[in-house]
Amino acid sequence: MIIDHPLLGPRDASEFTYMGDAKLIDRPDWQSQTAAQEFYEYGYLRDNPAGWHEELWFHEAGDRSWLVVTRNTVTHDISKVELARDVARARGRSK
Amino acid sequence: MTQVNRLAGGQIDRTKTCNFTFDGNPYAGHSGDTLASALLANGVRLMGRSFKYHRPRGVLTAGSEEPNALVELRGGARQEPNTRATTIELYDGLLAKSQNHMGSLRFDLLAINDRLSNFLTAGFYYKTFMWPAAFWEKLYEPIIRKAAGLGSLSLKDDPDVYDKGFLHCDLLIIGAGPAGLMAALIAGRAGADVIIADEDFALGGRLNSETLSIADQSGADWAAATIAELSSLPNVRIMPRTTVIGAFDHGIYGAVERVGDHLHTPDANKPRQVLWRIYTQKTILAAGAIERPIAFENNDRPGIMLGSALRTYANRFAVAADKRVAIFTNNNDGHRTAADLHAKGVKISAVVDVRPDAPRSMDYEVLQGEVVDTKGRLGLTFAEVKLADGSIRTLECGALGMSGGWNPNVHMTCHQRGRPVWNDGIAAFVPGADLPTGMIVAGAANGDMSTAGALKGGATAAKLALGLKGRLPKLPKAEDAPINLKPFWYVKGCSRAWLDQQNDVTVKDVKLSHQEGFRSVEHLKRYTTLGMATDQGKTSNMGGLAIMAELAGKAIPEVGTTIFRPPYTPTAIGALGGRHRGQEFHPKRLTPSHKWAEEHGAVFVEVGNWLRAQWFPREGETTWRESVDREVLATRKSVGVCDVTTLGKVDVQGTDAADFLNKIYCNGFAKLAVGKTRYGLMLREDGIAMDDGTAARLAEDHFVVTTTTANALPVYRHMEFVRQCLFPDIDVQLISTTEAWAQYAVAGPNSRNLLSAIVDQVISNEAFPFMACANITICGGLRARLFRISFSGELAYEIAVPTEYGDALMRKIMEVGAQYDVTPYGTEALGVMRIEKGHAAGNELNGTTTALNLGMARMVSKKKDSIGSTLSERDGLNGDGQLSQVGIKPVDPNDPVPAGAHLMDADGPVDAAHDQGYATSACYSPHLGHAIAIGFLKNGTDRMGERMRLVSPLTGVDVQVEITSAHFIDPEGERLRA
Amino acid sequence: MRYSGLKVIKEALTGHKEWTPAWRDPEPQSEYDVIVIGGGGHGLATAYYLAKEYEQKRIAVLEKGWIGGGNVGRNTTIIRSNYLLDGNEPFYEFSLKLWEGLEQDFNYNAMVSQRGILNLIHSDAQRDAFIRRGNAMLLNGADAEMLTTAQIKARYPFLNTEDARFPIKGGLAQHRGGTVRHDAVAWGYARGADSRGVDIIQNCEVTGFRIENGKCLGVETSRGFIGAKKVGCAVAGSSSRLMSKAEMRLPMESHVLQAFVSEGLKPVLPGVVTFGAGHFYVSQSDKGGLVFGGDLDGYNSYAQRGNLPTVEDVCEGGMAIFPAFGRARLLRMWGGIMDMSMDGSPIIDRTHIDGLYFNGGWCYGGFKATPASGFCFAHLLANDVPHPTATAYRFDRFEKGLMIDEKGMGNQPNLH
Repeated sequence: MIIDHPLLGPRDASEFTYMGDAKLIDRPDWQSQTAAQEFYEYGYLRDNPAGWHEELWFHEAGDRSWLVVTRNTVTHDISKVELARDVARARGRSK
Repeated sequence: MTQVNRLAGGQIDRTKTCNFTFDGNPYAGHSGDTLASALLANGVRLMGRSFKYHRPRGVLTAGSEEPNALVELRGGARQEPNTRATTIELYDGLLAKSQNHMGSLRFDLLAINDRLSNFLTAGFYYKTFMWPAAFWEKLYEPIIRKAAGLGSLSLKDDPDVYDKGFLHCDLLIIGAGPAGLMAALIAGRAGADVIIADEDFALGGRLNSETLSIADQSGADWAAATIAELSSLPNVRIMPRTTVIGAFDHGIYGAVERVGDHLHTPDANKPRQVLWRIYTQKTILAAGAIERPIAFENNDRPGIMLGSALRTYANRFAVAADKRVAIFTNNNDGHRTAADLHAKGVKISAVVDVRPDAPRSMDYEVLQGEVVDTKGRLGLTFAEVKLADGSIRTLECGALGMSGGWNPNVHMTCHQRGRPVWNDGIAAFVPGADLPTGMIVAGAANGDMSTAGALKGGATAAKLALGLKGRLPKLPKAEDAPINLKPFWYVKGCSRAWLDQQNDVTVKDVKLSHQEGFRSVEHLKRYTTLGMATDQGKTSNMGGLAIMAELAGKAIPEVGTTIFRPPYTPTAIGALGGRHRGQEFHPKRLTPSHKWAEEHGAVFVEVGNWLRAQWFPREGETTWRESVDREVLATRKSVGVCDVTTLGKVDVQGTDAADFLNKIYCNGFAKLAVGKTRYGLMLREDGIAMDDGTAARLAEDHFVVTTTTANALPVYRHMEFVRQCLFPDIDVQLISTTEAWAQYAVAGPNSRNLLSAIVDQVISNEAFPFMACANITICGGLRARLFRISFSGELAYEIAVPTEYGDALMRKIMEVGAQYDVTPYGTEALGVMRIEKGHAAGNELNGTTTALNLGMARMVSKKKDSIGSTLSERDGLNGDGQLSQVGIKPVDPNDPVPAGAHLMDADGPVDAAHDQGYATSACYSPHLGHAIAIGFLKNGTDRMGERMRLVSPLTGVDVQVEITSAHFIDPEGERLRA
Repeated sequence: MRYSGLKVIKEALTGHKEWTPAWRDPEPQSEYDVIVIGGGGHGLATAYYLAKEYEQKRIAVLEKGWIGGGNVGRNTTIIRSNYLLDGNEPFYEFSLKLWEGLEQDFNYNAMVSQRGILNLIHSDAQRDAFIRRGNAMLLNGADAEMLTTAQIKARYPFLNTEDARFPIKGGLAQHRGGTVRHDAVAWGYARGADSRGVDIIQNCEVTGFRIENGKCLGVETSRGFIGAKKVGCAVAGSSSRLMSKAEMRLPMESHVLQAFVSEGLKPVLPGVVTFGAGHFYVSQSDKGGLVFGGDLDGYNSYAQRGNLPTVEDVCEGGMAIFPAFGRARLLRMWGGIMDMSMDGSPIIDRTHIDGLYFNGGWCYGGFKATPASGFCFAHLLANDVPHPTATAYRFDRFEKGLMIDEKGMGNQPNLH
């Protein structure tokens, strides 16, 4: 596979390390009343769709960016590649 | 023997004679021959035996789809089993043997299977060999295994070298027949970066096998001229002997170039084969088509082959398969074969055509009818023909060409789960719409069976692939005849009519499969083994499908095909492995003082990709234990030095650096003073311990984090995840500096004295107390870092210098340490000392243990948000019955306490239900004079002093032990603070 | 019809006229007591044991394609019970014991071949871990033996012990491990179930569940609604897709695992060898092909095919320990879809919906589990309580912190 890195252009997927669903960005609030349940769902349950999937790839043998890659799990086509940091900010994460 | 069947003409080089040996007999052929063509030229039809019935086998084809003529090529360590004689380029001195027979090829004792064939039908083995139960492994299976298999591996290490490389292009063209060459010509002239690859050593595809002309020259001459022009274009790379094996995601193709297979041995410094990964924007698949046989009784005798193969042998290789040849056809192609052979002076016994409206010939007899049986034990002698009027006619012939129509080579169009579609016009599957991204199919592979169609298809595909504007150039005039085919798969009433000649699957087997309910095409394949041989059913699957469809009362496309999987043809495992073997399997990482350690006789051990000094044997020491014990005692007594460069190091800088460490470590770092180091435990988000290490605060906004050697990469990745994905606005930068710093542990009571002679600053206990850290200089100005941390439990430091000074620092430490008898120690002594001190390492941080298990529950801060803290609170990871880390010592000091042994109650039963824990790390403690271990025990913290049994039935250990604190040495930590 | 050598001989002499279909091709009835979704190894085994051991009646297996077409038809055929953890080892040992009597039990020769499995050791830490594992196996009544490099070399003389980047320092052997003819397992269970009255319905895809008031009443299929008192799902590779129809999110991801077979060769490998340090394992089939594999490709996929880097990685591992394999040829590669669970261990449990049961999350280890998985799932379906060897395979273990994590890789499925 080839991942079109937003900063570096097309790179071979073998330069990357895969992690999983980009929902892993949405880490729950540790002080929430239901933190235990939320962390369980965050840590363990997955949509695991057959089709488009936003997922996290780390450019380990490259610039060490975490990317959110929108990839189809049936065809392996890739429709979008974003810096995970931008996605995280857009989803309201800060520090 | 002379080349009795050699004809005039052809594309062989008669000036170059190649002497070769088959089954010990010497023969001669020419450069440009294949082994198959040379054997046929010498009158050798019998080349092998089939898989199951050990029937005599000759060539069926003239290409890579060959199921029958498989040989063991070469000898010694280069022996190559199952090599298709039809693709082996002849070279002088070639050596080949037939395979899969007991006794000689002519008198194969296992041919008895053929007599028993009625018992050995499809799937018979699923129904028997079950009694007595133990006999399967002991009796039946060994016999079956010995009889099965085809060729033999030498079992010697492959002496050849394989390479890998990357290629990039605008357009990859697979196949250099008329369609591929025309596409390359147009794309090449347009300036595109083109790769054209063909599995054959001679480019041109069928043009080399036919007598057809293009414009006013022969097809082969047109091909040669085209290749000459392509060769002159710098943007076109022509790759003969290169098989594209698979279409992978996003326009990546695998291809194997056989660089040295046509030579006696590969040239010096050249690989045997190269695996290319070709990255392309567009691909034109011009892989041609494969002719299909017709099933009739005893259609598997040597001499019976595809009509197209007869033409290839005659026209390209100047070989007649025999003096007398018959043809059995359902389309015009069979007549083309007859005409070509006749023109070459071969006697045509007759052309048998199933069609009533077959073309007539002045030159030979054309019979309407069907071949219903053949004769000839080791090679065809007669064919029996049932004529339209029902009468039987016997034809004398040593070769019989079968022409059942052509199957477009759709293989690679299906590598990404595409499915071919049925085309009634040619009664064959053609590529479907769901092709791999960027692929266009042209020529016979797309169902365009004429030369003109191929040229046009190639040109159109090139234009489409490159988005070229304007009209196509005028294409040369070429043959454009319809093939006029009447679908005909098998002769009715036949039973032992072969579909899969290698695996011995007959029409009868397909019928039985259907009778027993194996009716899905996949069930048919798996039950009968149809199409599972080394040719993957390239010539056999269609016949089986057609019969299956007929039995099920369905149309062929309703039955469907099995899935085409890479590789297109079988591929040497060596080529896919490349140079990654032996010592080159994985890269070796060496520390800066590796050379020094070598000079001092270190024994090295693999730690991930690193090589680390394990111990430093001295003269007179006969066992590793002697060396390790000495290193430990010397360190604890005076001072030792150990290379710890391999530990992961991450530089953490930024105004939020302390905040960041608070998130990745379960314990707190916000209040850590500048100039201090702290032990940190990192949890995974699931609350399990991930790694441990230290974080040294060199400045308000600057920490140096260490990780274990094994986890350097995953921890860094995790830290970047936390930084980029979870806290994107946190002001922190990370960089892995593992390779940037050489680091040494200097441990023992004299470590301060030793280092004082190197370090430019004062490092007294007051100025540089336990857990201090600082940027320092050494040797009069060289920048360095000093950490007062201890893994051994002794007064100890770790000192780091830029990598390029690592070797010099090691030598300096040894030089100034001589007065203290400084002792270099390796990973074994390091391990012994940390077990004596009760420090957890990889064996304890095994991915299933929590802070609580490790005795660090109180470290998990509840006052802040850190990775893993929430899920670490789950019930199952807390409360009664949890494992905790303990020390284990033998009651009898002579007993071993091995790692991996399990803890049982002293007087309870020994079984899984009563398992109390296990020893994780063990060693002989030279300090204590007996073996010790650390491990995990249920409620271990409350069981100090308890007597237990430590059992390792696997290694025959069952000893009484006492549970103790894991801190075997200096539990109060006085030494490290000294 | 009973299969035997005598029957084969009789049919051979009389023209093979009496062989009948190995299973019927029935029309689905409107209602069953138990519906098992998934005509793979686990589903068919479940139906077989439901009928044979738990004397259930009116059972159907619904298969969207052809039976045995999932992972039971695309694996590397290895059986073993060399597990470490309490939650796993008794279950896999139960499975191995069922394998040992399976062929006589279901009257089909699945070629269960206990040729032994060998895990190579390359470091001291690995040796410690394997000793712990071997002891756990022995303590659970399984077999295990620690072999020296010399013992290994005697059995595999062409193993690279001279020039290995990661020298072989011994191995953990389980002699009762081995291989089985994978397709025959599906067929044997299907035939055994069919002969006990189970309706095996192929080309019948479940498109939804009918759930009312928290109770599952049956399934919607491509051939209409079929009612059932109990519905068991055993659709490895499609678990998330199927259970999403009941609005469940599962603790798993789907990943592709590639496997490979070489051309047929005369016997070279007596047993199964695994090379963990190099992502490679191999055995040789009765037909002579080297059957081998390695790691997952590593990304979520339902594509049943993988990519070249993994192919190369596996072959590199092969060449590293068996440099004589360089001249053998890879014949065919394929990919299976693994339900990779969050701790690497499976789930056999009731769901929160009455009458709906789940079996899945087998990762890349489902084949060897087939008999016990079927047996235990049948037990659960019949009795509503877990089989004693499968009590740990609960849905709620993640919520409670009771993971069964053999490899210690945590909640990242592609690392298991």
